[in-house]
Amino acid sequence: MVKLMEIPEEEYIFPGTRACAGCSMALIYRIALKALGPKTIITVPASCLTVLHGMQGFCTTKVSVLHTPFATTGASASGIVASLEDKGLADEINVLAFAGDGGTVDIGIQSLSGAVERGTNFIYACYDNEAYMNTGVQRSGSTPHGAYSTTTPNGKTGYKKNMAKILEAHGIPYVATAISSYPLDLFEKFKNAMKIKGPKYIHILAPCPPGWGYNPKDSIEIGRLAVQTGFWPLYEVIEGKFILSKDSQRFLDPTKRKPIGEYLNIQKRFKSISNEDIEIHQNYIEEQWKQIKKRIEND
Amino acid sequence: MTAIEKPPNIRDKRIKIITGNHAAAHALRQAKVGVIAAYPITPQSPVVEKIAEFVSKGKLNARFVKVESEHSALAVCCAASATGSRVGTATSSHGLMLMYEMLPWASGNRLPIIINLATRATGAPWSVWTDHQDFITIRDVGWIQMFCMDNQEIYDTNLQAFKIAEDSRVFLPTVVAYDGYILSHTMMPVLIEKQEQIDEFLPPLKHHINLSDVSVVKGIDPVTTPHLRDRGIEGIAPGYFEYRYAMQKALENSIEIITNVHDEFSEKFGRSYGNGIYKTYLAEDADILIFAMGSVASQARNVIGQLRKDGLKVGLVSLKLFRPFPALKLRELFKEAKLVVVFDRDIGYGYEGVLSYELKAALYGLKHAPFIKGFIVGLGGRDVTNQHITIGVNKAIKESETGIISHETDFIGLKLDDLGDYDEKDYFKGG
Repeated sequence: MVKLMEIPEEEYIFPGTRACAGCSMALIYRIALKALGPKTIITVPASCLTVLHGMQGFCTTKVSVLHTPFATTGASASGIVASLEDKGLADEINVLAFAGDGGTVDIGIQSLSGAVERGTNFIYACYDNEAYMNTGVQRSGSTPHGAYSTTTPNGKTGYKKNMAKILEAHGIPYVATAISSYPLDLFEKFKNAMKIKGPKYIHILAPCPPGWGYNPKDSIEIGRLAVQTGFWPLYEVIEGKFILSKDSQRFLDPTKRKPIGEYLNIQKRFKSISNEDIEIHQNYIEEQWKQIKKRIEND
Repeated sequence: MTAIEKPPNIRDKRIKIITGNHAAAHALRQAKVGVIAAYPITPQSPVVEKIAEFVSKGKLNARFVKVESEHSALAVCCAASATGSRVGTATSSHGLMLMYEMLPWASGNRLPIIINLATRATGAPWSVWTDHQDFITIRDVGWIQMFCMDNQEIYDTNLQAFKIAEDSRVFLPTVVAYDGYILSHTMMPVLIEKQEQIDEFLPPLKHHINLSDVSVVKGIDPVTTPHLRDRGIEGIAPGYFEYRYAMQKALENSIEIITNVHDEFSEKFGRSYGNGIYKTYLAEDADILIFAMGSVASQARNVIGQLRKDGLKVGLVSLKLFRPFPALKLRELFKEAKLVVVFDRDIGYGYEGVLSYELKAALYGLKHAPFIKGFIVGLGGRDVTNQHITIGVNKAIKESETGIISHETDFIGLKLDDLGDYDEKDYFKGG
């Protein structure tokens, strides 16, 4: 794995962005840009990242950004790539689509599916804060079971969409999950994605202090708990081959996993969750890891 | 009035007998678009198919992005244009409506994208046949909108449209429309110019946005403020209000550029379309002027000879440029007319035909403003016949004599009697 000292010192986002205190999306964005470097064009739909970029007249990033309507991230990336191919610049410039969970698993799923089906050579990063945070915490298709949002005042029922699996089903050469709390892993995944031609998809869980209801200083800790409880397994699927990431490997052993309650109980959005709901989560996690184990054994 | 006043010399090897859709495809090919993104929809699909053929045979060196929806088609076009490529596409009806969100995005960004629109009615109920509802519905999004009356005009207008849209004083996307089936699927002789000639007329795009130049960092379409914003050494950044003011001014100023480009084209290639804004036929001495677009204007032209034989001094004004609406030019044109009969193949539901009410607004306050009477014809592809035009003209003459202006819509060509026991209150009967 990449070492801390190997991460470039160069920053591609200026300090003092409009992101909330403790925003893990800002961390993810920072690491992603360090991996991609200056020859990058980013396309961004309506999302928290639009807010981070700031109002017209300021530019928070040191690479070019094209803002695009909510449903069009995948198509927008396709358009940039097509134009770069037209100009013979496709091999010189990285194209990154960077969207939230609403823009990816809900309104943007069609254009994303289309773009990857067409074999567009780009990286699509979904930072998943598990609801429409930018518009004030409304549920999305990525909101987990039992979570409060302004549109699920009694807690959502049903699981979050497994977007990484959906993208894997498109048969694309690179799919990965990541989280801001493991920045070296995150950096390496962007680097790995860059080496591969074709559509690459990275789904990154992004703890959100105002949306999840926790102290901003705990963003890293919460993200670690998501991994340590087994809620968020870190992995890559490269050309169909499943690789459990180093930071998740020991959680193949169920006894090493922390109880899910430790992750849920420190977030206000799960305040009114019942023991039964916790059980549902626990069972979901067990099932998820059973499948992972099976995949590793079969590979 | 239209391109081919004289029958074309069919021995001229440049002439191809092609449909309107293929005329559009040839124009896109010769404009050397770098990126095309399109989705099939009747009656536009042959444009997409022809372009796919051009690309696969190496006749067009472009990236053809075969998208999964029209919404994505225009999103691809916007992104590709912002990355510096010349971009074109084609659609119809529901396709254009699905693009709607991206339309003001393209104009707000001042991206010179060309959409070919084979017009078609909008559902429900389903209809694949022509009317101008789709074209009319996008009138407020800041695009230049032009309408064609024959296949040569489709080809010629496309080439002019790129030059207009890419003019640094304009930088606006443009719709080139033609009636679905009536032109889209009808073969006509079209003179396809030599590529060198086209290259002379239409130089490569010099864009104001170019994301592919990564050495210059740009943030395109960030959130704006309502107010001007000081950005230090770089000066003042405009707010949303200023962006949109600039867009409106560009539209207003484009009328002159549209005329100039039309004249330049006509000088070079020997084909003209009125003044590039509207075309007239026997209008000079007319007391009664018919005002219409596309297929309806073509039909009206057929009738004028007979109406004149009947002693009515009738002429025709067919509108080519619908947006920006050439109000000043129309005020000048109609200032002597006594009666204008407007035939709309569209309707501003709940009010009246759109051409009709826009003309009324444009002529408001003229000292001797003509009496304007509007009719709705041909929705969903209902044939517009010589008889319909004649009925309209005669009815308008009668109403003008009373001088009473009514906003009640008058449909010509309805077949309610054929329905037998049709009852407006029970319109689902038999459905």
